[in-house]
Amino acid sequence: MIALGQFLEVLIGGLMSGVLYSLVALGFVLIFKASGVFNFAQGAMVLLAGLALVRSLDLLVANGFPLWVAIVLGIGFAAVIMATTAWLIERFVIGPLINQDALTLFMSTIGVTFVLEGAAEMIFGSDVYPLRLFPTDAWFVFEGLFPGGILINKLDVWGALIAGILVAGLAIFFQRTKTGRALRAVADDHLAAHSVGIPISWIWFVVWLVAGLVALVAATVWGTKLGVQFSITFLALKALPVLIIGGLTSIPGAIAGGLIVGAGEKLAEVYLGPSIGGGIEYWFGYVLALTVLLVRPQGLFGERIIERI
Amino acid sequence: MRAPDTNEILLQVEGVALAFGGVRALRDVSFNVRKGEIRAIIGPNGAGKTSMLNVINGFYHPDRGAITFKGRTRARMQPFEAARGGIARTFQNVALFKGMSALDNIMAGRTLRVRRGLLWQMLRYGPALAEEVEHRHRVEEIIDFLEIESIRKVPVGRLPYGLQKRVELGRALAMEPDLLLLDEPMAGMNLEEKEDMSRFIIDVNSHYGTTIVLIEHDMAVVMDLSDRVAVLDHGVKIADGTPDEMRENQAVIDAYLGVAH
Repeated sequence: MIALGQFLEVLIGGLMSGVLYSLVALGFVLIFKASGVFNFAQGAMVLLAGLALVRSLDLLVANGFPLWVAIVLGIGFAAVIMATTAWLIERFVIGPLINQDALTLFMSTIGVTFVLEGAAEMIFGSDVYPLRLFPTDAWFVFEGLFPGGILINKLDVWGALIAGILVAGLAIFFQRTKTGRALRAVADDHLAAHSVGIPISWIWFVVWLVAGLVALVAATVWGTKLGVQFSITFLALKALPVLIIGGLTSIPGAIAGGLIVGAGEKLAEVYLGPSIGGGIEYWFGYVLALTVLLVRPQGLFGERIIERI
Repeated sequence: MRAPDTNEILLQVEGVALAFGGVRALRDVSFNVRKGEIRAIIGPNGAGKTSMLNVINGFYHPDRGAITFKGRTRARMQPFEAARGGIARTFQNVALFKGMSALDNIMAGRTLRVRRGLLWQMLRYGPALAEEVEHRHRVEEIIDFLEIESIRKVPVGRLPYGLQKRVELGRALAMEPDLLLLDEPMAGMNLEEKEDMSRFIIDVNSHYGTTIVLIEHDMAVVMDLSDRVAVLDHGVKIADGTPDEMRENQAVIDAYLGVAH
């Protein structure tokens, strides 16, 4: 019974933390789906959103605003920052590169990464700022069934809930609205999208805005977990195996990939770790990703690419 | 030969010049397109035909000259604004949304006609649902018209070239344009496909009353389809008139056959 209890605890904990990876991966998928660009700057956007949120929150609370007002205003402020960023990126980076190769656009997002990281830390500071938006204690469930019960972090539950709502909303947005259809159209062919009357610069602004808002959501959860700090940008690296497993173009894939990576690395750490020296959860996700690459290069949920020769 | 419905001018191109660096793609080109006619632009390779289409639909902005469409003259116009004004086009090298199905591609042509707000569309409720059904209905009509029922769910990247061109025409038709620009609609097609495409173009013109400007290399096709032909050579318009007149025009014959210098 103890063995089963432990297994369930590790599995649930893994799945939940996997959903948090998915939150970051979603931002990548959105931009890739809608512009064919792999956005290297997604991690930097999470940092920027987190810093804007936590610093404005601290300032408002210090000036005597009640907490809930401060939270609403702070989230509003961070959203405005992300919207401005989206506009600037469209206007000065992606817009002028219309019709260029995907690799060129990718390189430009690397530039955007450094600008965003630098600007964010210059404006908002570079310390570790604790964020307390969600409860960080834990529940113990099934105490009658297993000795000590199963530990579930409340923060993870919140993260999973938010990710679920986000994914459902985004999936419907992409499938059912003309803007969603326009986003997919722009990703496929700029010229053709132009010719059917889709204003590309507006669409790209919308994409970067949505990705910015997803980054903000990820920042609220991850900021609560780790504190808002520079190392949050490395989450982008955590999202990579998730993307490879789920497929770069699939929103449900980002979630499934997150679950697989999260559960996989925690289970591997607990059950394989002791026999090969431990600490394997940091790289186990990449092993999973490599395995998927060998079998299905487009990811489990990605669109199959068929080249005519 | 069908006569144009009216003599009303739909599109007037006046003194358009366009240069890329030292290359003068268009020099002082003027012509007009009457409402309801099929107007061909022909000329040897590099004559500036595609540049002309790109100027009309806003991909390029002319250095000099004016374009008047439906009585409104404009200087700089973005392609999506042209689409809004009722100009649709196809491309020389098929520009489709390759990952999307034929149906979704043609639905994309309806983008501008969706009226309901974002939230309604997401909920797919009430008026938004009715609107979606109506758009689907129009698209199905086009699919029937182009005889591509069997491939509507196939991602267009997998279709043979001839069918891709047909889907692209379908997407342009879904916009219900006043002016349809076709850039070499028959390029790379076999005889049978060319005959099908010619039939579709004539039907679009007579059935929907759409005005068509078409660029084509195949002279037989041009002579059969078009009401009037403009001939470009090295960015200059060298002749303009009915297909029969063009057949006998010395400048046109020289441009196509080459002159001994």
